[in-house]
Amino acid sequence: MVGPVTIYVPCDAAAVSVGADDVVQAIEHEAKLRKLDVKIIRNGSRGMLWLEPLVEVVTPKGRMAYGPVAPHNVKSLFEHNFLSGSDHVLAHGLTEDIPYFARQERLTFARCGIIDPLSISDYEDHGGLTGLRKALSLPPVDIVETVTKSGLRGRGGAGFPTGIKWKTALDTQADQKYICANADEGDSGTFADRMLMEGDPFSILEGMTIAGLAIGASIGYIYIRSEYPQAVKTMRRAVEIWQDADLMKDKVFDIHVRMGAGAYICGEETSMLESLEGKRGQVKVKPPIPAIEGLFGKPTIINNILSLASVPIILDKGCAYYQNYGQGRSRGTQPFQLGGDIKRGGLVEKAFGVTLRQLVEDFGGGTRSGKAVRTVQAGGPLGAYIPVSGFDVEMDYEKLAEAGAMLGHGGIVVFGQGVDMAAQARFAMKFCAVESCGKCTPCRLGSVRGKETLDKIIAGERVADNLALLEDLCELMTDGSLCAMGGLTPMPVRSALKHFPDDFAPVKDGE
Amino acid sequence: MKTDNKNIVRVQNICAAHNNQPDALLEILHDVQAAFDFLSKNALIEIANALNISRADIHGVVSFYDDFRLEAPKDPCVKICRGEACQAVGGENLAAHVKATGTDTHDVYCLGNCALGPAVMIDDKLYGRVDAQKLDALLKEVS
Repeated sequence: MVGPVTIYVPCDAAAVSVGADDVVQAIEHEAKLRKLDVKIIRNGSRGMLWLEPLVEVVTPKGRMAYGPVAPHNVKSLFEHNFLSGSDHVLAHGLTEDIPYFARQERLTFARCGIIDPLSISDYEDHGGLTGLRKALSLPPVDIVETVTKSGLRGRGGAGFPTGIKWKTALDTQADQKYICANADEGDSGTFADRMLMEGDPFSILEGMTIAGLAIGASIGYIYIRSEYPQAVKTMRRAVEIWQDADLMKDKVFDIHVRMGAGAYICGEETSMLESLEGKRGQVKVKPPIPAIEGLFGKPTIINNILSLASVPIILDKGCAYYQNYGQGRSRGTQPFQLGGDIKRGGLVEKAFGVTLRQLVEDFGGGTRSGKAVRTVQAGGPLGAYIPVSGFDVEMDYEKLAEAGAMLGHGGIVVFGQGVDMAAQARFAMKFCAVESCGKCTPCRLGSVRGKETLDKIIAGERVADNLALLEDLCELMTDGSLCAMGGLTPMPVRSALKHFPDDFAPVKDGE
Repeated sequence: MKTDNKNIVRVQNICAAHNNQPDALLEILHDVQAAFDFLSKNALIEIANALNISRADIHGVVSFYDDFRLEAPKDPCVKICRGEACQAVGGENLAAHVKATGTDTHDVYCLGNCALGPAVMIDDKLYGRVDAQKLDALLKEVS
């Protein structure tokens, strides 16, 4: 064979967490022993996390997948001649043909897991930079209109139309404007931001740069949570490479990476702005909205990085192309993240409209533990618990709202039989008590009282009275909190009460 | 005395690397903590001077964020994920197990490894599918 055989092993933090680095060492060691020439590229993850570490070998037929590979499997892979793509007990054939992957619609994650994350030429070879080139030829108002017409809505959780936000910032006159990319992905059950930062960082930078052109901003910040050290490292390096890229040489758009410091609330946009100004991450009253008065009092676009990374393909292929995916008022694709007690956990990017059942059963394959599924929590710690009887809900912003749930950042956490829903409801209140910024009373105190009240219910103390009190408290928190933290904490609590009342049932006298 | 002066210069240099800008306070605190393992009273005074902000403001920020510590840690920083996705796969039992051993741990809510839980982070290294046995082995390795 001519030249080295190319092998891909992800550098994604999830893959590394189950031994990808050790697998790389084992492959290098074994190849050296056998005097075989291999070139290992550290890619992002393909999102099939149950197969991590997923080793791919480049063959004339395409990239052949082997996984999950442990260091002790490597010798056997070489013995079975996996470098030529041969069969093995860990072989899955061509990666692109694995049903989990083949059935997805990858727009935002089109390159993730395929390219070397920090190679800008690799990025360009796979369709990168064409959106930016297009944007450079357009007047700002046309860029904003393209984004508006695409139907793109905020992927951070709120689902606000991205184009409308941009238009507000464009129409506001100021000597300085800012783009802030929100990568403070704190919701349990979500990891799409992390995967994208580690697997295709330039797509985020391209989206930010286009946003800068669209509203006339010359400075951008990416705010990344400190729990993601690998993502911070990758983004910092990516920014250096990006600023030196030919296309960026004369364009004045500076990007800075900022790391959070362990506060969930900083994912809320006004809190994030405070944190970016070097202050306590406390929520601010809106209005003024950030698009008019944001960072340092200047017009600021704050978008989740998934929203920003969806912009290049919209500019490249046109708003109609993106709009064509999805249904109703939810257009495009959503990266869903399957986690918790699930057999095939990972990232599934699909057009809006896929059902929860398809995601949990067809993609996810049920639970990892082998128990029957009891419920999922959709949309992070502030999202609703949905019982199995509700799994036919179509996943889009409106349909989920009708079902009393929400999409959030697209996280889906599966729980098997045996989960105690009263404990989960209590946890929702506890989480809010731990992470509340303390600015408004309904959230700061309501969460503590909510936890105490649930403790009483769980202990069987005046259950009917305390349930009534809890409902009253939930109403107050929903209506009276300053932001979504306190405002949505009642959602998991109420959904658990509604769908699993037996878990809260009073202890009968004499029992 | 000599080390004190040397340390003060180090803090000043970190602040200067961020142009003594108050908005870079979190970055500065991260860098100072990385350099000295914790944020000493003297370091905080020096940062306040360099950035021309009050010590009260700095205290407000340091006490708001979980990452910052005012004392040197005794052990490696062990973060156990207590989020829902890890709860669904036995994260609570794992947390109870490690707490029973008396190891100093930090509760965190999500490490972004929700498909491969329970997740644990030791210093900056993430681990997935951690059970009691694996965690014991990891802790033995680092201590």
